[in-house]
This record gives sequence, structure tokens and C-alpha cells, in this order.
Amino acid sequence: MMEKLVYIALFAPLVSSLFAAMFAMTPRKTFVGIIASLLLFTGFVASATLAVNIFTTGEAVSVTMMQWIGMGDLYIPFGFVADQVSVTMMTMVSLISTIVHVYSIGYMDHDKSFNRFFSYLSAFVFSMMVLVMSDNFAGLFIGWEGVGVCSWLLIGFWYHKPDQSREANPSISPSWAANEAFIMNRIADLGMLVGLFILYWNVGSLQYDDVFAAIPNLDQWILNGAALALFIGAMGKSAQFPLHTWLTDAMEGPTPVSALIHAATMVTAGVFLVIRANPLFSVTPEVSYFIAALGTFVAFFAASMALVNRDLKRIIAFSTLSQLGYMFAAAGLGAYWIALFHLVAHAFFKALLFLGAGNVMHAMHDELDIFKMGGLKKVMRPTYIYMGLASLTLAGIFPLAGFFSKDAIIETAFNEGTYILWIMLVVTAGMTAFYSFRQVFLTFHGTERYDHHEIHPHEMYKFVLIAMSPLAILAVIAGAFKDGFETFVTSLLPAYHMSEHTHHYVWLLTAIVTLFAVGGIALAYIKYNKGLERNEKLENSFIYKLLSNQYYIPNLYTELISKPYAMISEKFWHGVDMKIVDRTVDGVAHFLYKSGDVNRRMQTGNLSHYLNWMAVGAVVLMVAAAVTAMIG
Amino acid sequence: MIGLSHYLIVSALLFSIGLIGVLRRRNLLMLFFATEVMLNAVNIAFAAISHFYNDLTGQMFAFFVIAIAASEVAVGLGILIVLYKKHGSLDLDDLATMKG
Repeated sequence: MMEKLVYIALFAPLVSSLFAAMFAMTPRKTFVGIIASLLLFTGFVASATLAVNIFTTGEAVSVTMMQWIGMGDLYIPFGFVADQVSVTMMTMVSLISTIVHVYSIGYMDHDKSFNRFFSYLSAFVFSMMVLVMSDNFAGLFIGWEGVGVCSWLLIGFWYHKPDQSREANPSISPSWAANEAFIMNRIADLGMLVGLFILYWNVGSLQYDDVFAAIPNLDQWILNGAALALFIGAMGKSAQFPLHTWLTDAMEGPTPVSALIHAATMVTAGVFLVIRANPLFSVTPEVSYFIAALGTFVAFFAASMALVNRDLKRIIAFSTLSQLGYMFAAAGLGAYWIALFHLVAHAFFKALLFLGAGNVMHAMHDELDIFKMGGLKKVMRPTYIYMGLASLTLAGIFPLAGFFSKDAIIETAFNEGTYILWIMLVVTAGMTAFYSFRQVFLTFHGTERYDHHEIHPHEMYKFVLIAMSPLAILAVIAGAFKDGFETFVTSLLPAYHMSEHTHHYVWLLTAIVTLFAVGGIALAYIKYNKGLERNEKLENSFIYKLLSNQYYIPNLYTELISKPYAMISEKFWHGVDMKIVDRTVDGVAHFLYKSGDVNRRMQTGNLSHYLNWMAVGAVVLMVAAAVTAMIG
Repeated sequence: MIGLSHYLIVSALLFSIGLIGVLRRRNLLMLFFATEVMLNAVNIAFAAISHFYNDLTGQMFAFFVIAIAASEVAVGLGILIVLYKKHGSLDLDDLATMKG
């Protein structure tokens, strides 16, 4: 029975994808979206049932579908496991993807590739399910690559849009952004593969259980190498510095994609990997500390760029980066269950925030510049409430979900005695509150700065708004389940307790974080509630320019990597490929052609000449036979 | 005493004459004669070697060659007559219709 549920949860999205793919080339059909959503919902019900079952019995369900690779000592099965960690992810992924599917029926309403979109979206969910459910690193890697491919397909969904300059559009074009995301991830995946090879080389298996059981017998430097290499893979997928640029550019994809893939699920795969491989990371303290430090840095770094950005979706994307940094900080400090808790809570409110942004885009005819919005709360009250709620959660205001999860991470940083990380995380919490409310106020409050003749804002379809409500409810109440969640997942993950010392200060710590958050909101309120007053001097200052150009890192990558690479490629193309490789191949063909052309003259049609040639041939053969006879 | 080598020398000479005829002649009928000369040169060699080894197989072979040469001439002459009727000439330089 439980095995069947595992298979349903896994394969419902695949069936949905294949079903939608049958109509991929035909005009928009609403029933494709509806059936896809229903299949996804089936998957969600299966996952939720499994979750309840595992919660009550405490027993993980594992199934081995079939052998995948078996040769010599290498044995890799298609095995899937639903334990406390993976079932949490499964439920979260299938819930959000169901909502995003329903949302897409409304959002992609006017798109002529409606059916194709559902096929890709469901294929993504299937890959993500493989990623989280696999019971070995090889299966995880397959899912890992699968989500990468689907992400590429979906970012570049509007591939027909032309390239623009970086000034006009920082992500140039959807196809450019899709390639960027894919290539960045390939770089990181090399690290991941190296990690897998190190593990396989030293353990002889890629099953989680075997690998983790073998950890005590391995040298410290092997463990460090494997942990670091796996984390490089996680850095790519979770867009950590210096591989972070693709995530904001990925906003070129349709907004439901941003909500599902580039906020709630796929980008958290890196965090999931660290959580999943916690036995490895908990015995490599240096690597773990590096993860925590990098996570904290990215949290701060991304939040700083979000402060000045004008693009609605990019602001949210930067906040995703920043929150991923928080998750890595928690995981790096050993609080794996807190990282997982923040991952799930973040998925709810971030998906809600993105879907709200999609509603705004829909209303504003794809306008994304928040300087050209304002006053939308009059026409879009439900969206305003959703986005306000999600932003409050993101800012970490009591008693919403973000308060419990983020506060726990910041407390962890204090508890570990890493005060620098703690200060940075607290400051980042203030910045988070500021930029999220800057965006809310500029979008929904104040004067209407859009062109009234061109744009007539309107609220999204009712069913879409209703579909979003579970996310809003969960974003509000998820915090209440913190203790239950802790007992649930810590039966698999290592427990993490705050020390007496931290307990002593817990009220003070919470107060400081809340103060920063409220301060950020208040600052945003003062500056932006009335409307937009542009400050030329500030906007031309060096810091502002630096932040709004993302520290010039994309330009730096273009100048230092892309351009030299293109130049070298050009050289190799002309020098090596054309002059050596092509010339060799062409030379062989030319020789054959030429010799044929020359020998063609032998064919005179004159029998006498033929006979002469025949005599010559016979003489040559006889000479050859004589020579070989003499030599032999 | 006339030995094996005398016969073989005669055979080689005849074969060379036939070969030169094949290579130099332009008239198809003459080509036929030349090939007949070559075949008979081989026949002489067969008979001589057969006698030398006291083995009748070579002489048998010579008979086969003669029989096949006779039938070949019968067919070949038929073709020559048709060709002559069609082209009015048996000169190979005029018959080059298969030029590549």
C-alpha cells in the first residue's frame, strides 16, 4: 500500500507531463491544464498520506523499482525512499507545484504554447521528485540534471524574444538567460560529479546508507574533499556566490516558473543536498564553517543588491538568494532541521510572493519596473493582501512562519558563538524587511505612476486567487508546527539544541531581530508610502550605482570570462579547426576526388587500351608475386 | 635431343607473339587470332609438361582448352558479324562507344 503511494507520488507528474506533451504542438486547450493539475494534486495527496503515515508510525518506506546499472562491482538500483526528510520535501514540492499548475491555467491564458508549458512544468516536478526521493547519489544526480534541463526549457520558454543590451535588460533575453543558467550549473555539476566519484572510489557504493555507514573509516582529507566537491554542486543549483548571477537572470521565464523553480523548489536542492548528506558534513567542520560563512555572506550580499533594484521580480529573486544564504548558514552551523524548516516555510511565502508578482505583471501588461507602478491596492486588493502577508512573513514578523524559521537561524548563529555571522544575519534581516516593503509600497501604495491611457490594471481571475489561498494560510500558520516538525525530522536528522546561555538571552535576541525588521519596514514606510520621490544625487552616487549594477559582477564575468573565451574560441576556430582539422578532412576528400578525376582518363572506351592496361596489371601482379616469393 | 625447355621456349615465344598481337592490333578479328595463338601456346606448354611428368591431366586440360576455344570462336565470330553489320568496321578505334 505504502509502496503504491510512493509510486503514485513519483509518477503522477510524469504521466501529466507525457499527457500534456501529446498536445504540445496543438493550440491552447484548457483541459490539458486541468488534467495536469489534477494529476499533480493526486501526487500531492499521495505524498501527504505518506507524510501522515510516516509521522504516526515513524517508519520510512523504501522501494527498489529495478536495477539500473549493474556491472562488475558497480550496482546502482532505481531505489526510492520516503523518510522524514524526503517526505517533507515531497509534500512541499507537490503542494506548491499543484498550486502553480492551477495558477498557470490563469496566467498562461493567452499564451499560444499553453500545452507545451504544462508539459515542461510537470516534467520539472517529476525530476524534482526523483531528486528528493532517490535513495542513492546517482538517482539524486539524475534528478539534479533533470531539473536543470527543465529549468533551461522554462527560462527560455519565450525563446523568440530578441537579445537586448545589458543596459536595457540586465538579462539580455530569455534564451541568453536560459543558457547562462544551464552553463553555470554545468560548472557546478562538475564539482558534484567529482564529489560522487570520490565517494564511489573510496566507498564502492553510492547508496546513502552505505556511504554514511562508511564515513568513520575514511580519511579526513577524503571527507573534506568529497564534502567540498558536493557543496560546489550545491552552490551552482542554489546560486551561491560566485555562481549566483543566473538566478536573477532566470526571471526571464514565465512567472509561475519563477515561483515554482527559482524560488520554492529547485534552488533549494542545494540546501537539500547538504541536509541529506548531513552525516558527511557534520564530520567536516571546516567545510561546514565555510558553508555557513558563504551563506551568511550571500544573505547579506544579495539583500544589498535588492535594496536599490527596480525590477519587481528581480527584487524577489534577490530575496530568494538571500534566504538561501540563511538556509546554508543554518545547515553549515549544524542546525540541519532548522535549515529544512526554513526551506519549507520559505517555499510557501516565496511562492506566494512570486505568484502575487505574477498577478501584478498580468495587471500591468508585463511592466516590471516598480517605479512605474503605485496605487494598485485599490484595484487589486486580494493580491495586495497576499503580497503584503508574504512580505511580512519574509521580513520575519511575529507570528508568521518566517519569524519562527529565520529567528531560529539567527539564534543558531548566536548559539554557535559566531558573532560576526550573527551580526550580519541580523542586519540582513533589517535589509530584507526594508526592500520587501519598499517593493510593496511602491507597487500598491502612493500615487499611480503608470500610463492611464495604456494600462488598465485589473485583478486576476477568481480561481487563481482561490488557488493561492493555501499558500497564504500556510505562510501564516506554518510557524505553529515548528515543535512538531522538529520531533518529526530529528528522528532522522541530528538534533540541535540551544545552550542554556542562549536560552537566557532568547528574548533579547528575538527583540533585536524584530526591532531590525520593524525598523526596516518603518524606513520603507517613511520613504515610499506617499509615493516616489527620486533623489538624483543618491541615484548617481557610487554605492547606488554599484548595487544597482549588481557590483558589476555580470559585466566582470562578460569581460573576464565570456569575452576571452570567445576570443580564444575564435582563434581555435580559425587556427586549429579550420587550418588543421578541416584541412585534413578536406585534404583526404580532395585527394580522392582528384585521383578519381585523373584516373577517369583511363576509361577511353577503347578496348585496345583496356587490354594494354590489363597486361600492365598482370605484369605488376606477377612482379609483386615474384618479389614476395623472393622475400618470403 | 629436344627436351622440355625447347617446348617451353617455343610456347613462351608463341605466347609473346599472341600478347603483342593483343596489345598492338586494332582489328577485332586479328585480336581473336592473337588470343587463339596465346591459347595454343599454353596448350603446347600443357602437353609438354604433361609428357615430362607422365601425367595425363595436362593433356586433358589442353583438350578442354581447344574445345572451349572452338566454342568461344563460334560465339565471338557471331558477335563480330553483328558488330560489323552495325558499324561497318571492326577497328577498335572506331568502336570506342564507352568513353568515360
